[in-house]
Amino acid sequence: MTTAVAHDDHHHGAPSGIKRWLFSTNHKDIGTMYLIFALVMLFLGGGAAMLIRAELYMPGLQILDPDTYNNMVTNHALIMVFGVVMPAAAGMANWMIPMMIGAPDMALPRLNNLSFWLLPFGAAMLIISMFAPYFPGGGTAVNTGWTLYPPLSIQAGMGMDFTIFTIHILGISSILASINIVTTIVNMRAPGMSWFKLPLFVWAWLLTGLLLIMVMPVLAGGVTMLLFDRHFGTAFFDAAGGGDPVLFQHLFWFFGHPEVYVLLLPSIGILGMVVPTFSRKPLFAYKPLVYSMMCLTALGMVVWAHHQYTVGMSQTVTTYFMIGTILISIPVGYMLFSFIFTMWRGSMSFETPMLFAVAIVLMFSFAGVTGVMLAVVPADLQYHDTYFVVAHFHYALIPGALFGIYAGTFYWLPKWTGHMYNERLGKIFFWWTTISFNMTFFVQHFSGLAGMPRRIVDYSPIYMEFNVISSIGAFAFGLSHLLFLYIIIQTVRGGKKAGDKPWDGAQVGTPGLEWTLSSPPPFHSFETPPLVK
Amino acid sequence: MKQEGVKSNKRLAVILAGTVVAMFGFGFAVVPLYSLICDVSGINRANSNSGRATVADYMSSQVDNSRTVKVGFDITMNAGLQWQVESELQAMDIHPGKVYTVDFVATNHADHTIVAQAVPGITPWQATEFFNKIECFCFSQQTLAAGESRHMPLRFILNGNLPQQYERLTLSYTFMDTDRQDSLQIDTDGHEIIPKQQTATAL
Repeated sequence: MTTAVAHDDHHHGAPSGIKRWLFSTNHKDIGTMYLIFALVMLFLGGGAAMLIRAELYMPGLQILDPDTYNNMVTNHALIMVFGVVMPAAAGMANWMIPMMIGAPDMALPRLNNLSFWLLPFGAAMLIISMFAPYFPGGGTAVNTGWTLYPPLSIQAGMGMDFTIFTIHILGISSILASINIVTTIVNMRAPGMSWFKLPLFVWAWLLTGLLLIMVMPVLAGGVTMLLFDRHFGTAFFDAAGGGDPVLFQHLFWFFGHPEVYVLLLPSIGILGMVVPTFSRKPLFAYKPLVYSMMCLTALGMVVWAHHQYTVGMSQTVTTYFMIGTILISIPVGYMLFSFIFTMWRGSMSFETPMLFAVAIVLMFSFAGVTGVMLAVVPADLQYHDTYFVVAHFHYALIPGALFGIYAGTFYWLPKWTGHMYNERLGKIFFWWTTISFNMTFFVQHFSGLAGMPRRIVDYSPIYMEFNVISSIGAFAFGLSHLLFLYIIIQTVRGGKKAGDKPWDGAQVGTPGLEWTLSSPPPFHSFETPPLVK
Repeated sequence: MKQEGVKSNKRLAVILAGTVVAMFGFGFAVVPLYSLICDVSGINRANSNSGRATVADYMSSQVDNSRTVKVGFDITMNAGLQWQVESELQAMDIHPGKVYTVDFVATNHADHTIVAQAVPGITPWQATEFFNKIECFCFSQQTLAAGESRHMPLRFILNGNLPQQYERLTLSYTFMDTDRQDSLQIDTDGHEIIPKQQTATAL
């Protein structure tokens, strides 16, 4: 690449040095930066989780004081949601969507650069918010949990302001990325790439992008009001001035529930690529699967208050939210059936991405079942704010979002790097991470049903056995990610050469056009649009 | 051809950006919308002081001596407010349709003037619309100088249409400091200021 400088205009090789990354408008480079950012944040958020589990290993206070503990809980969630899963999914969208639909690049490449480079600044704000309490006048740590409910969030110290700015910056970043991705999908498809020839991952991201455009601004509005309440004497949420703290809960969960599908849908899209490939069969009932994703998106927007059954809504309102929430299990169940029927009588093989895919179908169903339990009002009143909820949403988000991203990483690593990853290490990583994940969170169902409350630094000694198992599992789970890092670095640096079509089943059904390119793909691909038959 | 592509990209991006702006506005529109929904559906809100009696309520009320409902009073000081508020009774038996007066005494134990707002709530909440207040200290903010004490009467009627299954009600008041600076100085661990919490739990 460096020798090409003489006749280099931007249609040929990549620019060299730091400018290649700082000023990049290339979807592949920006995708890579997104993925690296997500990986770095994964270790930061994971570190917070390790501290939490170390503190909970034994009852009593050992290593964290209560405010710091609650700050770790808050930042673990914010980092994992806004710093890991969303950027990782956006990175995959950047890398894959233009190649899948035969576009030369994203529709708005400079906007793409901006939406990535906002992220490091958002992350810096988040880190400042963690350290603000240690400076004079910093006040208490952000100890609210990621939901930032007032009045606690109005009383917290200066760190809260930085957390609010973090949400603003990361929110703007993901809104810009979504506008870009939606525009790309709508406008930049190669001739003949009609809507129902789109790979499922592209469909999933179209809906994710639309969801983000709809709900992210509402959260931005909510935290802005919070900022006003804190500094400008307004009383949106302050009961003494005539406001209502419950209003914030509505604003938050109007964003917060669709956010779950923002995290989930890209991984469902990845499953829609991985499962047919390794079953060597087209995706079962592709069109209805797309419709059920649309249905999920629409339903997901109108069921937010099932997070707030205990705030004292009327029976009519809670009944509506209960029925709406239970209805969601229909499209989600449909997706899972679709994947199972794709595998049915397929010529299956179990490479690492497929192992993850099968595990996701199993473990995510489990989260679906506990989700229906939590949707039922009288049951939820018992489970509310216990570890049962913690177990439920970790079963939903770790398999549903994170493992989907791992599956995608192993699936596309050969395409991105041109090297095959070490399959044996990949399988070890899969088993290590899956077993330790279940060890961490399965027991939390029991401690939750026994009444252990979440977001509290200490607990009654009767829950100790569950917590010891859970903490040991968590340490193993955290450690397994060093292997993940090692596999990625090893694959980037070298390894068996990957062919253009490393997976022999990748051409069934509605594949993306990425497999028509070399591995790794050229810096600029599809400069002349391919024709899709 | 390429130029057209760029143009339609811009168009779509502008439409989507417009959606973002509209949704940001919707976030703020939720504030009045929320009050409206709560008022229409009769949900008790912190600032609506719902249950304010009208003249019509007062005039048309028929005393029903055959039915007795127990009303308990519960008072909570929000985070560190250095007031003491006591009701003259912890609980009372009342008949629907009759006007009752209960005396509340508030004392400011702080060394400075405090303006506080009492936020009412009825449990069970379904009884809220039947509990009509004629006079209440919660209708406006209350100011007490340092060390000052004041009698604050509460006058109310219970509407006879209250469904029969409700035999016991709790009227609770949470007193909140309206000065944000005061309420911000609280250490959430409660190390520095121990909130003077004083509750008169009835029933």
